Amino acid sequence: MYRREQPVPTQACPAALYNNLCVLSLPAPRLTQFALVHGLNVQLLSATSDGLPVSQRQLHAKEGAGLSFPLITQAYWCVLPFRVLLVLTSQRGIQMYESDGSVMVYWHALDSGDAPPAQALFARGIAASGHYIFVGTWSGRVLVFDVPAKGPNIVLSEELDEHRVPITDIAAEPAQGQDCVADVVTADDSGLLCVWKSGPEFKLLTRISGFGSPCPSVRLWQGTVAAGYGDGQIRVFEASSGALHVQINAHARGVSALDLAPEAGKLLSGAEDSFVHIWKLSRNPDSGCIEVEHCHAECVTDTQVCGARFCDPRGSSFAVTGYDLPEILRYSCV
Amino acid sequence: MSVRSLPLLFLNLGGEMLYILDQRLRAQNIPADKARKDEWTEVDRKRVMNDIIATMFNKKFLEELFKPQELYSKKALRTIYDRLAHASIMRLNQASMDKLYDLMTMAFKYQVLLCPRPKDVLLVTFNHLDAIKDFIRDSPTIMNQVDETFRQVIEVYGCLSAGEFHLIRQTLLIFFQDMHIRVSIFLKDKVQNSNGRFVLPISGPVPWGTEVPGLIRLFNNKGEEVKKVEFKHGGHYVRAQSEGSFDLYGDRVLKLGTNMYSISRPVETHVSGASKNSALNTKERTAPNPLAKEELNFLARLMGGMEINKTSGPEPGFRLNLFTTDEEEEHAALTRPEELSYQVINIQAAQDQQRNEELTRIMGEFEVHDQPQQSTSKGDDLLAMMDEL
Repeated sequence: MYRREQPVPTQACPAALYNNLCVLSLPAPRLTQFALVHGLNVQLLSATSDGLPVSQRQLHAKEGAGLSFPLITQAYWCVLPFRVLLVLTSQRGIQMYESDGSVMVYWHALDSGDAPPAQALFARGIAASGHYIFVGTWSGRVLVFDVPAKGPNIVLSEELDEHRVPITDIAAEPAQGQDCVADVVTADDSGLLCVWKSGPEFKLLTRISGFGSPCPSVRLWQGTVAAGYGDGQIRVFEASSGALHVQINAHARGVSALDLAPEAGKLLSGAEDSFVHIWKLSRNPDSGCIEVEHCHAECVTDTQVCGARFCDPRGSSFAVTGYDLPEILRYSCV
Repeated sequence: MSVRSLPLLFLNLGGEMLYILDQRLRAQNIPADKARKDEWTEVDRKRVMNDIIATMFNKKFLEELFKPQELYSKKALRTIYDRLAHASIMRLNQASMDKLYDLMTMAFKYQVLLCPRPKDVLLVTFNHLDAIKDFIRDSPTIMNQVDETFRQVIEVYGCLSAGEFHLIRQTLLIFFQDMHIRVSIFLKDKVQNSNGRFVLPISGPVPWGTEVPGLIRLFNNKGEEVKKVEFKHGGHYVRAQSEGSFDLYGDRVLKLGTNMYSISRPVETHVSGASKNSALNTKERTAPNPLAKEELNFLARLMGGMEINKTSGPEPGFRLNLFTTDEEEEHAALTRPEELSYQVINIQAAQDQQRNEELTRIMGEFEVHDQPQQSTSKGDDLLAMMDEL
C-alpha cells in the first residue's frame, strides 16, 4: 500500500525525544519542510517532492542563566488562521519564530519558582487552535498564548492548571468551528488526558486517567481522542464523555509519535519497536461508537522511531525519523 | 535533561570498565613464580581491581555524584575515568585509554537502547553492581561501600515513575548520540551492523507489563467489549516470562549489563572513520565551550572526593595495553581520526595551539605547562590547573 521513497539526508541524527518530527507542506513552490530536534539544535530542512534537499538551517535554544547549552525538547509549526509560527520548546523556555526560522518573534522564559530540587525543568508539548498557541511545561501547567494576526505582540493569556506532572503532548481539533465538541487535549507523564473547550475562558470537559504509563503522543479528531502510551498501547476515547471505545495492543515498545490525516481519518503511529502502523478511524453509523481498523504495517529496520508525520491531509504520504538515523524516511501510497 | 541520570551513567560505565580491565589483566597474567619484575601476576590484578573499585565507591565521591544535576559532556566524564583507571599501580597510554572509553560507552549505549522498559536500566545497573561485588568478595570493607551504594540506588530510583524513567532514558540517549564506533565483539555477535548502528530484534519476549501486539478490542458506550479483531503487526513477539528483581539480591532475568568478555573473546574496537556526521561532531567538540568552567568545577568537587593512593617508594607503575601488541597501540594512537579525539582541556592541547584557535582561547585562561607530562601525573596537572581557577 505504501512504498518507500527517496529519503532526505539530514546533517545530524534526531534525539530520542517524543514527537520528534514536524512537517509543513508549502503549496508554491511544491516543497515540504521538515523540522527535527537534534538535542542542542533544531534542523530545518526543505525538500522537493522527490526528496531532494533544497535548503536547511539550524536553530539553537536561547541561552539563559545557568546551563549554557540548553537542550531543545520539541519543534512544531503552529498553523493559525493568518500566519504560521515555528515554536521551539527547551529547558529554558519557549521561542517562536516566523515559519522559515529566520526571525524570532517571541521569547518566554520558564518560571522555575516552586520547583522541587530533583525536578528537571523544561517546556514540552505544542499545539495551535484558533488564534491560540498552547505549550506544556514540566509542572503540568499549560500556557495559552494569544497570537495576533501579525507582529510580535504575543501575550500569555491563560494558564491551564490541571496536570501535576510534566506535559508530554498537546493536540488541537483540526476542524475548527462552533459545532466542535472539544478543541484541545493535553497529555502528561502519568498518562492523564484532559479535554478542553475554548471560550472566553478554557473549560475542562473531561479527564481521562492514565494506566500507569506516560502518554507521549495524543491526537484529537471529530470528537475522538487517540492516545499512544509508553507500554505500546493505543487507546481511542469519546472526547465528550471520556468513554474508552477502542484499545489496541499496537506496539512492543513505547509509542513515540502519533499523527492524524484529518481528511481521511487515518492515524499513524510510530514506536521504539521500529514499527510504524497506519490505522483507519471511523464511526459506526448504528451505535455511534468509534471503530479502528489496521491498514498498514511498516518495519523501519534497526531503528527506534522517534517521529512520524503525515505529509498531506489525506494521508497519502508520511515521513519518519529515528534515533541514530541520519535521514528522514518518506513513504507514499501506491 | 533529567537531573538523576549521572549516577546511573557513572556506575554502569564504571562496571563496563572493570569488565574490560579484568579481562585484559587476566590475559596478560603471568604465574607469580615465573613473573619478572615488570610482569602482571594474579596478586597484582586483584590489587588493581580492589584499588579501582574502592576509589569508585568512595563515600565522598558518591555523595557529590548523587546530587541532582545535569549530565556533563563526554569529555568531562572521560577525565574522571582517566583518573579512576590510574587509581592504582596500573598505567594506560593515551591510545589504550581511548579504546577503553570507546568500549565502555558503546557497551552501555547498547544496553540502554535495548532495555525493554526504561525502568530496566536499573536491572542493568544491578547486573553491574552484582558483578562488582563478586570482584571484591574477599574485601569486606570495600564490599560494605558497594552494598551502601546499592541501597542508595534502590532508595533514589525505586520509587520513580515510568515517566521519570523515560526522561532518564532520553537523557542518556542524548549523551550517546552521534557515537557509532564499531566494536568487534558486537559485530561478531551480530548485535551491531557494519555502519555502527545496533540491531534491534523484532522477536522475542515483550517487556514486562506490555501486551503482545496484534489485537484490537472495540467497546460500546457501556464499556462492554463488543468485538475483537486481530491484525498482522509484523514482529514475532511472545509474552514475557517474569520480571527481574529490583531488590538487593535476586535474579535480574535481564542479561544486559552482565560480563560479555572472557579470555577467549578479546576486546577490540574498530574506530570508525569519517562518517556523514563527522562535520557536526567536530564543530561541537571544538566550539567555544563556556561549559568548560562549570564542568571543571564539577570535576574538581568530584575528584576531590576521590582518594587516590599515590604510588610512592620502589614500586613502578605497571603498564596495561588494551591492544595485542605495543606496535598496535602506537599505530592506533597515530591513526585515530581527529573527530573522535577526546582531548580538550588537557596538556595535549598545548601542542595543538597553532592549529586550534578556540582551544587556545580557552587555554589562555589557564596557565599552560610547556612540556607534555608523563601519563602518571596527568590527573595531578589537571587538578593543579583547577586549583588556580
